[in-house]
Amino acid sequence: MTAQRGGFAKVHLDPFDGVEEQPGVAKPDAILVSDSITRRFGGLTAVSVDHCEVQRGAITALIGPNGAGKTTFFNLLTGFDKPDTGMWTFEGTPLRGLTSYRVARLGMVRTFQLTKSLARLSVMDNMKLGATGQTGEGFFRALFKPGWREQEEEITVRADGLLERFNLAHMREEYAGELSGGQRKLLEMARALMAQPQLLMLDEPMAGVNPALAQTIIGHVQQLREDGLTVVFVEHDMDVVRTISDWVVVMSEGEIIAEGRHSSIVANPRVIDAYLGAHHGTPLDREEQDRQLAEAQAELEEGAS
Amino acid sequence: MHWSAIIEDTLRAGVGREAIIYALAAIGLNVHFGYTGLLNFGQVGFMAIGGYGVAISVLEFDLPLFVGVLVGIGCAVLLALVLGLPTLRLRADYLAIVTIAASEIFRLMISAPSWRDFTGGSDGLTGFSSGFYDVNPIPDGVYGFGPWRYNERTLWALLVGWTLVLLATLLVWLVIRSPWGRVVKAIREDEDAVRSLGKNVYGYKMQSLILGGCIGAVGGMFWVIAQASIVPGNFSPIPTFYAYAALILGGMARIWGPVVGSMIFWALLSFTQGVVNQAVNEGIIPSWLMDANQAGNVRFILVGVGLMLLLIFRPQGIFGDRREIALQDR
Repeated sequence: MTAQRGGFAKVHLDPFDGVEEQPGVAKPDAILVSDSITRRFGGLTAVSVDHCEVQRGAITALIGPNGAGKTTFFNLLTGFDKPDTGMWTFEGTPLRGLTSYRVARLGMVRTFQLTKSLARLSVMDNMKLGATGQTGEGFFRALFKPGWREQEEEITVRADGLLERFNLAHMREEYAGELSGGQRKLLEMARALMAQPQLLMLDEPMAGVNPALAQTIIGHVQQLREDGLTVVFVEHDMDVVRTISDWVVVMSEGEIIAEGRHSSIVANPRVIDAYLGAHHGTPLDREEQDRQLAEAQAELEEGAS
Repeated sequence: MHWSAIIEDTLRAGVGREAIIYALAAIGLNVHFGYTGLLNFGQVGFMAIGGYGVAISVLEFDLPLFVGVLVGIGCAVLLALVLGLPTLRLRADYLAIVTIAASEIFRLMISAPSWRDFTGGSDGLTGFSSGFYDVNPIPDGVYGFGPWRYNERTLWALLVGWTLVLLATLLVWLVIRSPWGRVVKAIREDEDAVRSLGKNVYGYKMQSLILGGCIGAVGGMFWVIAQASIVPGNFSPIPTFYAYAALILGGMARIWGPVVGSMIFWALLSFTQGVVNQAVNEGIIPSWLMDANQAGNVRFILVGVGLMLLLIFRPQGIFGDRREIALQDR
């Protein structure tokens, strides 16, 4: 069962109907399944995730306070770091021991928290680099242009389409290093799409981006779900999480402490503990923020009188 | 001052044997550092192993010269594998340390008395170049015009040398304009980004190390074949840094950067030497300040100052793009 679109209106058949809101719960159609993944740095256990499944065709948010191990978990799943223990499969293929580039080739592509635009390559070259299976990327075949010219043209057409969609077409020939921070985020996402992933892993796609552009990025992510992609993203901003995520996974101190829809997550006492305990005063969402502000104001007024 | 003699020497040096050798070495470094971002401080090691590969094959194993050249290239590939296998997974600076150390180890081994029968020790080897000069099709005589007048032997060496430079440049141009070149340039910018897009970064770095090393080895082979002798003293760490100077002068990550850079580097060295020597000889520079022996070293100081000025006022080199330099710092 996957997320489907209704004929007239965007009505999602909720794939999470009847899924228990429990850490490590099984999903009806999991694209990524991980078991007992741990990663220790010296004495510190950065990640210790018992069981986790990611539903196909949905947008899953991975949240948690700073230092919860979200990015480390991301790195482990995508082969950028090696776990001490654990097994995980993507589309049924075991990934343990696979290097990062092989994971990417299987269709699980990630982006980075600190944007990695390739500064001294043009925007177009950044995009073309994303395409997989290029004949001209072999050393000896590269020498003979007729062998890869046609493929290069196809890739260029595809890249132009994506640049248009991400509002970067006018920067096509500029160096990527000349883009603004927000444009680089867009470029990184578009470049990842050139690899035609089934599962896109976005590490804080909205970090350091102005609110208007964040809205644009949210729109793009939702569009990816419409196109049938599975998206997992790490995020701090609870507003963003509420707007676009179908399912929320909460990590704290390396473990998954809660899973569920956004509405139930914000009411979950363990989640509130994790956020407020570790980071007292960090607002969970707008209401929470307003309430805290009101409280603080009341306190101030009391003190003044 | 005999300006005409100085200018003629300068013009000759710009297309001379050194210009060819360092153009090839710098083309290799351009592949390593300019395009892939690999910091190879031991390019001279590739030159040395190529040179000794061909010399020993011809003298000890009686192989024809062209087979010796293939052996030399094979040795360079082997050296690249040995250096790259342990270091290319690590940070860039590890490769720098390992390459400069390996080139020194090789030089000391080759000059050691223990293998004197084989390597000639510190005296080196001679008599392996006949295969090169025997096939010279140019009849005896003096050829050329203006300052460029050469006998048949020198002309043959220069023609072959510049052909090699052109072929190496063509090869680099062919691969760099291709998707392969796009991947290595991307690796220079950010390895992890390239990995995340499904490219085998380690494999590409190894290919780049081999390609640049082989071009450097061709430079080394041309060097020893043209001068018809090989001594370990040729292969101190200095040539690597001359090649870097030539590369930076011409402009990194530019197809013609290393070639033009090397020509200008050697022309400049010749020019400054000519000027300083004559100034000392004619007493324009008083002898209490500098004698004739010191003059030979002063040229390096002057060229060094020139390079510093270049880096300050034109950091991109002659062919480079200033915007790229600016982006590098972000």
